[in-house]
Amino acid sequence: MTRLEVKDLSVGFGDVIVQRQISFKVAAGSIFAIMGGSGCGKSTVLKAMIGLLRPSLGSIHVDEEDYWAASDERRAEIGRGFGILFQSGALWNSMTVAENIAFPLKMLTPLDDDAIAALVRVKLLLVGLGSVGESMPADLSGGMRKRAALARALALDPDILFFDEPSAGLDPVTARRLDDLIQELRDGFGTTVVMVSHELPSLLGICDDGIFLDAETKTAIAHGAPRVLRDECTHPAVHAFMNRERMPGDPGGLHGHH
Amino acid sequence: MTVTSQGRGWSATVENASAVIVLSGDWIARKGGVEPEAASHVLATGARTLSFNADRLGRWDSALIAFLSSLRDGGMVFDEAGLPVTARQMLALASGSSASPVPPQARSIPERVGYWALSIRDEAGEVAALVGTACLRGGAVLRGHSSMRGRDLLEHLSNAGIAALPIVTVVNILVGGILAFVGAVQLRRFGADVYVASMVGVAVVREMAALMTAIIMAGRTGGAYAATLATMQGNEEIDALRAFGIPMFDVLILPRIVALTAMMPILYLYGCLVGILGGFVVAVLTLDVSPLSYVAEIRAAVSGGQFILGLSKSVVFGLLIALVGCRVGLRAGRGAVAVGQAATAAVVAGIVGIIVLDAVFAICARALGV
Ligand SMILES: Nc1ncnc2c1ncn2[C@@H]1O[C@H](COP(=O)(O)OP(=O)(O)OP(=O)(O)O)[C@@H](O)[C@H]1O
Ligand SMILES: [Mg+2]
Repeated sequence: MTRLEVKDLSVGFGDVIVQRQISFKVAAGSIFAIMGGSGCGKSTVLKAMIGLLRPSLGSIHVDEEDYWAASDERRAEIGRGFGILFQSGALWNSMTVAENIAFPLKMLTPLDDDAIAALVRVKLLLVGLGSVGESMPADLSGGMRKRAALARALALDPDILFFDEPSAGLDPVTARRLDDLIQELRDGFGTTVVMVSHELPSLLGICDDGIFLDAETKTAIAHGAPRVLRDECTHPAVHAFMNRERMPGDPGGLHGHH
Repeated sequence: MTVTSQGRGWSATVENASAVIVLSGDWIARKGGVEPEAASHVLATGARTLSFNADRLGRWDSALIAFLSSLRDGGMVFDEAGLPVTARQMLALASGSSASPVPPQARSIPERVGYWALSIRDEAGEVAALVGTACLRGGAVLRGHSSMRGRDLLEHLSNAGIAALPIVTVVNILVGGILAFVGAVQLRRFGADVYVASMVGVAVVREMAALMTAIIMAGRTGGAYAATLATMQGNEEIDALRAFGIPMFDVLILPRIVALTAMMPILYLYGCLVGILGGFVVAVLTLDVSPLSYVAEIRAAVSGGQFILGLSKSVVFGLLIALVGCRVGLRAGRGAVAVGQAATAAVVAGIVGIIVLDAVFAICARALGV
């Protein structure tokens, strides 16, 4: 079953097109990767998928419903089924970690305070942060903040989770634990996951399918599971990325040799 | 003996202290599927062991996990076998301690007074250090030995100078005009209309121009200094400077202090001019005062000593506003709230400081006979 479908999507800022003519499908319950080098427009595509940036062209379908053609209210309603982990975490710094998770529940569900407290406790336990609910986000380590942001993304028990670089900036062991967590959440709750990443271990480890965006041609240059792309894709940019090699003809070093 | 207990989506049958919980229907948190008291109802049946039957369980999310995890934490023998595999995984993931760290002991009043006094002492030390550094580095600037960048200084000069002109103009013109109005009402009773000029002149030059300009600058520039520095603190920009070993003081603080301290006397002189002009307009339009006699009266009433008093005040006020703004900004915590608090604190402390210093100046001027 297809949960999300992107058709001929073009996104950009003003007159500048960042990516054009992108199409892909995300199957329900799969972990889908949006890959590509730094600055190629992964976060921008993600922004269009979560309702923060209106596409210049093309459409995005959530469970067969045209997301951007819907009214603002309807789009907000669909968006309530989304959980989003931003690249920077984006926790609300004036609230404690527990309040960060409780806030969407308070604003968007009819649950009473006791029920919310019970849910918040479970979400914190799920991400392994049982004891820091009363801390302020600024007092957490980077990895803890990521996990707190994940707990907040889980607040409304989303059907689709969007991650922007979930494991960037984490040590390999913590990154691995986060990957496992994402996979376990998917297995347990049947959540569909769309993640932007250029961390090879996560891509190869947990993603079932994906798309590879290119900065130069401003469009997708490969489709498929990262593992398959690594072994079989012959496009030089994809091959170099997936195997962590230099591009053919690139002398090495950020400025090359003189 | 059989006891039963039930709630939304579950029913418990207890026999010989072992309970079978039958789960049914949907457990969706968003749709109100959370019943926080459910677990305590089950625990209240007196069961010692728990097992589950999930044959009729519908869709579920963390609402179910919340229920199961509070049952598990109730301290019973817990048999998960009847639960869906995925729910068991989630339950395993949700294990771990949720104990909050012990909150710090509340302090007694003497302790709090003690901490307060210590914090004041520390703060005084920090402020003294800041003033000291400002003097030392300011001296270095004069000798041309600082790493302050000319571009920063120019930018701050224009921010604290030209950009402030409109509001300084409006406020000072109005203050001059208001002084003339209020004075006129009183002086007219004695037929001394023309003295309105000397009243406006002395009040503007001695007090109002310096005071009003300083209050404006505390609000617009001091607050902005604090907010900018607090934001930089929050973004770790200041840490980045420190880490590079770039003298943070020369790059961030010094240009601000130099710019504001240099611009304040200029703004003060400009404020005097427009203040007197405001008085002039009101006096000429509404009183029997001729333009020439207004000017002559002003020249007679305002002495050089009063200008020097006003000028020195404005220099000190400028220094104070910049120091307070920078100090508050650097001391701010991290995050958006801290930025707002820093801006407020800088404005409040700046204005209070200005008024206190103005009183000190008034006493000194009186003693010196200016
Ligand atoms: N708000 C914006 N306004 C204008 N251009 C933007 C904006 N945000 C991003 N861009 C541009 O869009 C392009 C893609 O940015 P984007 O953040 O999507 O990259 P990315 O693939 O997520 O990179 P990274 O892996 O480094 O996060 C970049 O060239 C960037 O300069
Ligand atoms: Mg990005």
